[in-house]
Amino acid sequence: MDNIAGSKSSLSWAVHFSVVALVLLWLFPTVGLLVSSFRTADQISGSGWWQSLFPTQQNVTLRSADPDDEGVQLVVAGVYTVEGNLFGSAGSSTITVWGTSSRAIDAYKVGETAELKDGETITVQANGDYRWTSPVELTGRGQRVFATATTPPEFTLGNYENVLFSADSTDSMAKAFFNTLTVTIPATIIPIVIAAFAAYALAWMDFPGRAILIAIVVGLLVVPLQLALIPLLRLHLGIGIGKGYLGVWLAHTGFGLPLAIYLLRNYMVGLPRDIIENARVDGATDFQIFTKIILPLSFPALASFAIFQFLWTWNDLLVAKVFLIDATGETTVMTNQIVELLGTRGGNWEILATAAFVSIAVPLLVFFAMQKYLVRGLLAGSVK
Amino acid sequence: MEAAYKGLLTIFLGVGGCLLYFYLSNQFLDKVLYPAKGVNAGRNINRANMIRPWLFVLPAMIALGLYLAYPVVATFWYSLTDRNQGDAFVGLANYQQMINEPKFWEAMRNNMLWLVIVPAASTAFGLMAAQLTDRIGWGSFAKSLIFMPMAISFVGASVIFKLIYDTRPVDQAQIGVMNAVWLQFEGGIGSWLILRLLPALLMLCGAAITAYTAYGFLLAIREKGGAFVRGIAIGILALITLAFLSLALGAFTSVHRYGEAQTWLTLPGWNSFLLMVVLIWIQTGFAMVILSAALRGIPEETIEASIVDGANPFQVFFKIKMPQISGTIVVVWTTITLVVLKVFDIVFAMTNGQWETQVLANYMYDKLFRANDWGVGSASAMIIMLLVSPILIWNVYNARKEMS
Repeated sequence: MDNIAGSKSSLSWAVHFSVVALVLLWLFPTVGLLVSSFRTADQISGSGWWQSLFPTQQNVTLRSADPDDEGVQLVVAGVYTVEGNLFGSAGSSTITVWGTSSRAIDAYKVGETAELKDGETITVQANGDYRWTSPVELTGRGQRVFATATTPPEFTLGNYENVLFSADSTDSMAKAFFNTLTVTIPATIIPIVIAAFAAYALAWMDFPGRAILIAIVVGLLVVPLQLALIPLLRLHLGIGIGKGYLGVWLAHTGFGLPLAIYLLRNYMVGLPRDIIENARVDGATDFQIFTKIILPLSFPALASFAIFQFLWTWNDLLVAKVFLIDATGETTVMTNQIVELLGTRGGNWEILATAAFVSIAVPLLVFFAMQKYLVRGLLAGSVK
Repeated sequence: MEAAYKGLLTIFLGVGGCLLYFYLSNQFLDKVLYPAKGVNAGRNINRANMIRPWLFVLPAMIALGLYLAYPVVATFWYSLTDRNQGDAFVGLANYQQMINEPKFWEAMRNNMLWLVIVPAASTAFGLMAAQLTDRIGWGSFAKSLIFMPMAISFVGASVIFKLIYDTRPVDQAQIGVMNAVWLQFEGGIGSWLILRLLPALLMLCGAAITAYTAYGFLLAIREKGGAFVRGIAIGILALITLAFLSLALGAFTSVHRYGEAQTWLTLPGWNSFLLMVVLIWIQTGFAMVILSAALRGIPEETIEASIVDGANPFQVFFKIKMPQISGTIVVVWTTITLVVLKVFDIVFAMTNGQWETQVLANYMYDKLFRANDWGVGSASAMIIMLLVSPILIWNVYNARKEMS
């Protein structure tokens, strides 16, 4: 097949090229956020993140050490001399051209000596080392140097430290992270158990009304959860659950059930009839068949749904806002925390990017680790 | 920490309780209520087997009834009552109030745009990605990278794209890609080629593809019938073609303000599209995965036969492959439509419905929790339900057809 369809090599190159372009286009936004989360606030507002991946050339204003400071000025062979490094210490930046006046910042090459007033001279090396000399004693502040410096990419973990471990509660994601985890895990596991039993009954037990129940499940699959907000909030307030974890667990369980039943039933129907009937003949009860045979065999479908429900509850904002987060904000989840940061710290990209990436990281890990099951679930859930 | 213990306890109680319920209720049925021994053993076994399925489905049915079925009815009821008058029945007054609000019509108009553009673009990109990655060695790797945004929350994606759309004053370095690229254009010949000719050509290509597909449907009606469903498809495609053509014209006539950093999210008319880009970015992976599986399912013989008959790659794609995966395209389209109807997080996080970007779900949230107007909020929720119901009926109809 390939050698027929792909016989035109120019077309094949075009395909490779388009796929590369498409992948880069799709990755670009996420990479931007990831890179930004490793930059300091100054770096982020100083240049676009795409420039941070390459060495940047910047015009910087530097100053030598103040000659009045103790021990800075030495007399070498009758010449007053101040030596040191313009960057503080020889770092990774490289100076290409420099000048001593803001009107001619590229007057000198590295290693050249500039003549200043009163017979003073200054020499600047590529790594920032300078030698400033004068026949008379130097006074006042240090000599200013305008340099064009090339700085290699520089990244920091400081943002993550700040967002994850800082004591300042308004920016801290640590609490929200644990809250999200607390919402997610029960909300993923409980619907699986309930749905598995129902799916078994709908797949393998014969009873009047089964077809209608399946149709109802299929119908409820698409009911927008927006409709459930007010009645359920009223119900929760009415029976005393109020806003809190219990409410959000129950809500997620209810909203996740149709998909869970649908996916699991479709999978269980496809299991071989022989196994189940043999077990029945051998005297196994339905409960035994379910726990000993069906559940272990259904693992792929269970995993598929678990990933769906995990991603959905982890990424959810609306249900948490309505059923969980009360006025104290103690139970805030990460999505809500990020929305609030967007409001209060709209320009502080180092915090926003890091906070967003903390919340994205876990789903991405799950996604790449269990992609197989996610794809399988998608195919079972939407293609009929 | 306390909440974590509570969570663990809930998992334990929830899972344990469920298992215990199933175990005990089955035991009760078999040992106490209808024991399979004694004189009535045979009859008892039959009775127990009639009741057992209901034990299995009961918890799920209660949860579904309480958390999905009851709210539909209750919301409908709330949309007919007024909370401020002690839940008195007010007929259609809430709906009346709603349709008199310009913000509602803005939300409706935007929702309709979302409903056409996002599924169309996601499906088109997904199909393109599926077809391109199908036969290359590193295709599955490319696919998993394009699929990745599916794992990212709408809120996370909003932050990602807000950085792209970010604006700084002109004298500062632009940190948003969009403005950095925008400021490269100065109105010369290059700008004309890239900002006017290129988009116009792309739009014309889009118009050509949709018109061609619609023409294919027209031929199919003549050959195979099915005028109703295909007629709807042709109608939608014709609308999209017109939209493409008007956009192509707009590419030449619109006024560009070169050299000024734009605050993209406050530009009415453009900002809704920029929000849609976020959802398209997320949903393309979904469309790609499903459609790629469908493409793999096409029998090789049909493709080989067409190649032997001298079809070029484009003819193979449009005449052989497309018709065979049209069912899957419909499924993908409707699934994304459902997502679009409920889209809330993106608008809420990025613009909160300001600058003419309101959509129904966010409008409803505004009414319910900011204006505290449950009547109008419920009424707009019912509008969402109304828009969903054709898909609901279609799904149930298909499921019933499959079962029988």
